Amino acid sequence: MEKAIKRYFPVFALPTLAAFTIGFILPFLLGIYLSFCEFTTVTDARFVGIRNYLKIWGDSTFIHALWFTALFTIISVLVINVLAFAIAMLLTKGIPGTNAFRTVFFMPNLIGGIVLGYIWQLILNGIFAYFGRTLTYSGSYGFWGLIILMCWQQIGYMMIIYISGIQNVPGELIEAAKIDGATPSQILTNVTIPMVMPSITICTFLTLTNSFKLFDQNLALTAGEPSNKSEMLALNIFNTFYGRTGWEGVGQAKAVVFFILVAAIALAQNWLTRQKEVQQ
Amino acid sequence: MKKRQILALGLAACMVAGMAAGCGSSTKEPAEQGGTAAEQGTTDKTEEAETPGAGGGAGKVYYLNFKPEQAEDWQKLAQAYTDETGIPVNVVTAAAGTYESTLKSEMAKSEAPTLFQVNGPVGLANWKDYCLDLSGSDVYGFLSSDDFALKEGDSVYGIAYVIETYGIIYNKALVNEYCGLDGAVIASADEIKSFDTLKAVADDMQARKDELGINGAFASAGMDSSSDWRFKTHLANMPIYYEYQADGISSTEAIKGTYLDNYKAIWDLYITDSTCEPAMLSAKTGGDAAAEFAMGEAVFYQNGTWAYNDVTGYEVDDADLGMLPIYIGVEGEDKQGLCTGSENYWCVNNKASEEDIQATLDFLAWVVSSETGINSLTNDMGFVTPFTTFESVETSNPLVAAANEYLTNGTTSVTWNFTTMPSEEWKNGVGSALLEYAQGTGEWDAVVTAFVDGWATEYQAANQ
Repeated sequence: MEKAIKRYFPVFALPTLAAFTIGFILPFLLGIYLSFCEFTTVTDARFVGIRNYLKIWGDSTFIHALWFTALFTIISVLVINVLAFAIAMLLTKGIPGTNAFRTVFFMPNLIGGIVLGYIWQLILNGIFAYFGRTLTYSGSYGFWGLIILMCWQQIGYMMIIYISGIQNVPGELIEAAKIDGATPSQILTNVTIPMVMPSITICTFLTLTNSFKLFDQNLALTAGEPSNKSEMLALNIFNTFYGRTGWEGVGQAKAVVFFILVAAIALAQNWLTRQKEVQQ
Repeated sequence: MKKRQILALGLAACMVAGMAAGCGSSTKEPAEQGGTAAEQGTTDKTEEAETPGAGGGAGKVYYLNFKPEQAEDWQKLAQAYTDETGIPVNVVTAAAGTYESTLKSEMAKSEAPTLFQVNGPVGLANWKDYCLDLSGSDVYGFLSSDDFALKEGDSVYGIAYVIETYGIIYNKALVNEYCGLDGAVIASADEIKSFDTLKAVADDMQARKDELGINGAFASAGMDSSSDWRFKTHLANMPIYYEYQADGISSTEAIKGTYLDNYKAIWDLYITDSTCEPAMLSAKTGGDAAAEFAMGEAVFYQNGTWAYNDVTGYEVDDADLGMLPIYIGVEGEDKQGLCTGSENYWCVNNKASEEDIQATLDFLAWVVSSETGINSLTNDMGFVTPFTTFESVETSNPLVAAANEYLTNGTTSVTWNFTTMPSEEWKNGVGSALLEYAQGTGEWDAVVTAFVDGWATEYQAANQ
């Protein structure tokens, strides 16, 4: 069997490999090349060296977007995971209507980012109108608006992952802890949380990268207004590439920097949380 | 063992079949991509070979239209041309505010637009490598004056196809009603000949808005992206125009901001005598302002001849649509007319195939010289065009009629100098500063900085 599969390896792997190359590797390499070029359309580009990369750091909107995104990521990762875990704990206690609650909490995740952005823009502007303000009045309104939106969208999804993690905690461990006289909070911190570490790894990874790469929600909710003060990295890159004549290469360079950042953060996070995982 | 081998073989066969099917349906994709990367010439050859029958092999036209207001009219006109000649004309309209990005991605395709638009000298600088020299073309021959062509040396890269006029659109019925009130500042709209009068009238209207049954003198000066160009681009033209006049120049690498106090005065007027609180401006759209004016909730509305379709057919009669110059309080402004110019230039893609270029030029000539084309541009789209073929045509757009009156009443038209603004980024900077000043989160100094310093930096960035 193994031999047969080995012999047919190219037949199995090639289609996927070809698709991966065409759909990912080639555009990626082209993108890196373009970040060193000056161009109007991607098909005729002129090599200019690292000039684009130097320009990035003179662009105050990029620096602002970087800090805005970093702060947003920290807060949303914390809030989403804490709330999702709390709800997951509640919904594994066997209270009546558990399934209905799970469905309701999960539903927002089924709506696309752009639609969600517009829905929340309407809701929040409706509330702000009472105070004679709008969502785009200041950057901090947009910031908290985005946090609310992301929580609403992501908590349900993370909750599902946590629920499956919590349900996999062996009942005898908890029972043993109870017999040993552990309080509920001791059980939580010393049994449940260590046992669901794999779920925490996944959830923090997902929320971290999702928040860092957030684009459609940002575009639909505030589009970076006012004065790019609620603009996140992905939107900043988009605006640089499409919005500024002659800055296409800089946008591309920003995208490369962005990729390195996301990769570094995701790898570091993965390594950190994996350290805490325990074997059953 | 044998069974397993058969199983593996079967699986492999399935994969091959899947691959073949997958490739079969996607052969077009790689072919197209290859064409993009390869030399343009080879692509065209293969395409010709593939579609000799379609369109009679005489090329095709792909127009990337800038004006969403006229999207449907262009579709109809294109269909009419295809019906008449059999040459396929594809019209795609970019959504408002996304023309540059749409153009950028469309131009990278093998089926790139053969006909596209730039908005003036600054836009041309970005696309010059793609612009065919139109001198000697029929459509250039129909142009009534070289003022409407984008020229560099002897080469003609762009041809303006619509002349537009903007100013302060006003509701004649409401102004007359106001004039009838006790203690009205003016007796008729003709008396508004300076910023001071305009301000006095607007202030008084605002104070007596309940008597007039309006929500404010001016329609909301929305700073949403669908509306902010009215102020960061069109209104900003006023101080630039007067500065250019004073200095006797037509473009500059560093603006001085001589008339920024006037800019502040008119902006203050717009946001104070308005239908809404300044703090709400960031979310007000172009549609909001048009609706307020069209429903008779506001008397004044800064916009241009193209806005006719948005305001007609509601509460305001066509006969009640009038236009005033944008007075900003400069010496001698009683002789100031409306702002007239163009920021819509046709360019033909020089990287398209010979046949497609010829088809495009033929299409353009047909649009500006055939009866169908003239009728569509004038009546359906409501354009005023700079072509000799249109000279005897009467317009049905009352705003255009109002604009035409100004051309003959001894005033001087304000030229469109915003086509010399250094970049989109500059406009955004000014727009953001205007908004922050309006809602009270920023100072006017920030507008001055964005206007003056921003101009110098952006000019340098664009011309280094």
